[in-house]
Amino acid sequence: MKAFSALIDTLVYTSGRNRKLALIAAYLRETPDPDRGWALAALTGELDFPGVKSSTIRNLMKDRIDPVLWTLSRDFVGDTAETASMLWPETEMANDNPASLSETVGTLASLNRSTAPKELPELLDRLDANGRFALIKLATGGMRIGVSARLAKTAFAQAFGVSVDEVEEYWHALDAPYAELFAWAANGAAPPDTQNRPHFRPFMLAHPLEEARIDLGVDLAHYAAEWKWDGIRVQIVRVTNDEGQAQTRLYSRSGDDISATFPELLDALPMDGVLDGELLVRGNNQGTNQGGEAGGAASFNALQQRLGRKTVSKKMLAEAPAFIRLYDALIVEGDDLREQSWAGRRAALEALMPRLPNTHFDLSQLVAARDFAHLADIREGARDDAIEGLMLKRRDSPYIAGRKTGLWYKWKRDPLLVDCVLMYAQRGSGKRSSFYSDYTFGCWAGDPNGDPGQDAELLPVGKAYSGFTDAELKKLDKLVRQTTLNRFGPVREVERTLVFEVAFDSVHTSKRHKSGLAMRFPRIHRIRWDKPVHEADNIESLRALISD
Amino acid sequence: MTAPFSWIRPEPWGVHVVPADCWIDPSRAVDRALVTHGHADHARGGHGQTIATPETLSIMELRYNTREGAVPAQYGETVRLPGGVDATYIPAGHVLGSAQILLEHAGERVVITGDYKRRADPTCAPFEVTPCDIFITEATFGLPVFTHPPIAEEMAKLLAALTHHPDQCVLVGAYALGKAQRVIAELRAAGHTQPIYLHGAMEKMCRLYEEHGVSLGELRLVADHTKDDMRGHIVIAPPSALSGAWSRRLPAPITAMASGWMRVRGRARQRGVELPLIISDHADWNELTQTITEVNPAETWITHGREEALLRWCELNQRRARALALVGREEEDE
Repeated sequence: MKAFSALIDTLVYTSGRNRKLALIAAYLRETPDPDRGWALAALTGELDFPGVKSSTIRNLMKDRIDPVLWTLSRDFVGDTAETASMLWPETEMANDNPASLSETVGTLASLNRSTAPKELPELLDRLDANGRFALIKLATGGMRIGVSARLAKTAFAQAFGVSVDEVEEYWHALDAPYAELFAWAANGAAPPDTQNRPHFRPFMLAHPLEEARIDLGVDLAHYAAEWKWDGIRVQIVRVTNDEGQAQTRLYSRSGDDISATFPELLDALPMDGVLDGELLVRGNNQGTNQGGEAGGAASFNALQQRLGRKTVSKKMLAEAPAFIRLYDALIVEGDDLREQSWAGRRAALEALMPRLPNTHFDLSQLVAARDFAHLADIREGARDDAIEGLMLKRRDSPYIAGRKTGLWYKWKRDPLLVDCVLMYAQRGSGKRSSFYSDYTFGCWAGDPNGDPGQDAELLPVGKAYSGFTDAELKKLDKLVRQTTLNRFGPVREVERTLVFEVAFDSVHTSKRHKSGLAMRFPRIHRIRWDKPVHEADNIESLRALISD
Repeated sequence: MTAPFSWIRPEPWGVHVVPADCWIDPSRAVDRALVTHGHADHARGGHGQTIATPETLSIMELRYNTREGAVPAQYGETVRLPGGVDATYIPAGHVLGSAQILLEHAGERVVITGDYKRRADPTCAPFEVTPCDIFITEATFGLPVFTHPPIAEEMAKLLAALTHHPDQCVLVGAYALGKAQRVIAELRAAGHTQPIYLHGAMEKMCRLYEEHGVSLGELRLVADHTKDDMRGHIVIAPPSALSGAWSRRLPAPITAMASGWMRVRGRARQRGVELPLIISDHADWNELTQTITEVNPAETWITHGREEALLRWCELNQRRARALALVGREEEDE
């Protein structure tokens, strides 16, 4: 545990990709199995201990410090693990023969909600502050120390002189602590055999197409245009093992196994293969004109009802059945098509379509356009709620994991905009822990320019914490501090002085908010320092944009 | 007969001593000011009369050009003010010349700490516990997460970084008044006899400290030397210079920062600090609460910082307390 917590602590204070890579690589070379495998799993975010939640830590702390002092401290520090590691009462046992990383992982994995509050303190008592920080980060998941999963894998590749693409290819078929991976990379053993496992292949991703790029030589002749559907990107994988049993898995964009949430798709694929598409649900909000022969898709809000569920009711399966609108074919019946051009893969996918049940699959149609101006017109005209914009895919591009420049572009629809008034602010986390960087804003109910007797009030409609520069953040932070009216724990209510132009992708009805509205992906588009608050938008104009 | 303590009134821009019509650390120009120490959020120019320790007065003269109306008060000396108010200056242990001010009027005693710390500091006189009825304390580090480690540990970290990277330099960001000189003096106490390189903004204040009997060893100006001269050495600069173009003249600097805020990882990361040194000239949480306990006042007033948590502590310990909202007190650079 000591070497691991030293690594975590050093990484926190290390800036620069190359220095982080060097630190992680050195750790992976010097640390024995299986500790280094568990560390790699922690850095790539692959560990999950269901028995320990952030709330477990908060509850442990409430037995050890006054809850008000805890809340004030947590709010200032901006990180639960760090706050708890600092406030944990240090015992004389600290650093007295702490458990190894793999022993610690073993203990954490064995915990459930009732044993965790008893056993976690025993682990924490044997560590110093840095050790406690590393342990709590490990236990609650999400290190947030400026190391991405990709960076950790790159460090692994550099440590042992192997290719990171090859690591990615095996990665999703293996489990922590990755004994086969280390045996191959570090000790020269044969590569892990991953052929017969229904594992995830990293997605090919797109760069946003900025308007300026259109003139910079993206020649439409070299690209195919396709709708960008507003569902969730999925990969469906079917493998038949040596005993002749077929296994099908459904993976989300991040590689999470979401098979259990969409059982209707698990026996839908009649042959082995790996297909890439958009998961959508059927509904009334039809995308008929571009929706493909199998019918339209409901808006994202309808899909959202089905996401994140562990069990699915029959009613739900009947009311909102899921299907996959296919974009691409990676592997078909053992043939790996990823080296082929997009055009070649598209032909293979089109050839496959008649063999797939049209109840569960359809093909994402291509969009024909003479030139960019024509395409822009088509994009503007697309008001279908299930369409997020357009994709441009280079016809000769192989299927390459990750986001490679020049191959795929996404060209989203222009966002919707509304002028809102800043109402509340809260401090951010991590790097932004000292700044008031999370803003809740509202729209007017009633007429703010009306009679003085007829009080107009602001109703909160959303919250955003992005879309501004660091310099603007400093200015906003100052404004919040200077115009605070009330404090509710970590939240500050501010005077209504500032208008935000808020951009968002769509707005839906929601029971969670007093306004009855929920925005999708709201962000600060512009700060209207100049605009008087009574000129902000009325809630009715936001309601008019609802797409359910 | 007036109500108890009605002669002392907190206002947003300072604490008003009504019968003497003078102000403690006012943030605007007044006829008569009692100043606890030389930091800009407590001291400023333009007052008719400024009563402070001789060290604070010389710091103020250097920084704010305030020669006029300077009235020195030695530690332990009582100054008689109009309206029957006595003011006594007592060491606060914060920086050179820093003082608590004890005010006595009509048999009532009020202590205003200004900024203070309880740790030993080779550059200034140590804090003295002074019994009083009302204790007006700072709370810069008034959260239980703030516990400053022994300074020897932080010096060991700094010197180890220097040893491990003999071809680089360690650039320490430190506030130009107080922190910089304390870091240098502690380095000397730890046996570091090498020359220490200074950003130009540090030079005059270091000289002033030496004139007041604080020896700092051999100091050199960065501007007078080449990159190669500075390899394997410590460079001290104001925090604002850490990330600017100025640091390009240094040999592959390892960025360190000496501040109590370095206890929080996010704060260090915001500034791009690679080597956080938790060194503070303020009392930490344990020292704030210990000091309130030792002074044992009838009432505690909290001037600036994380006052909510300290108020809560007072409540939990059945102590009367209130928070004063003073303007202009900022936490930056500590």
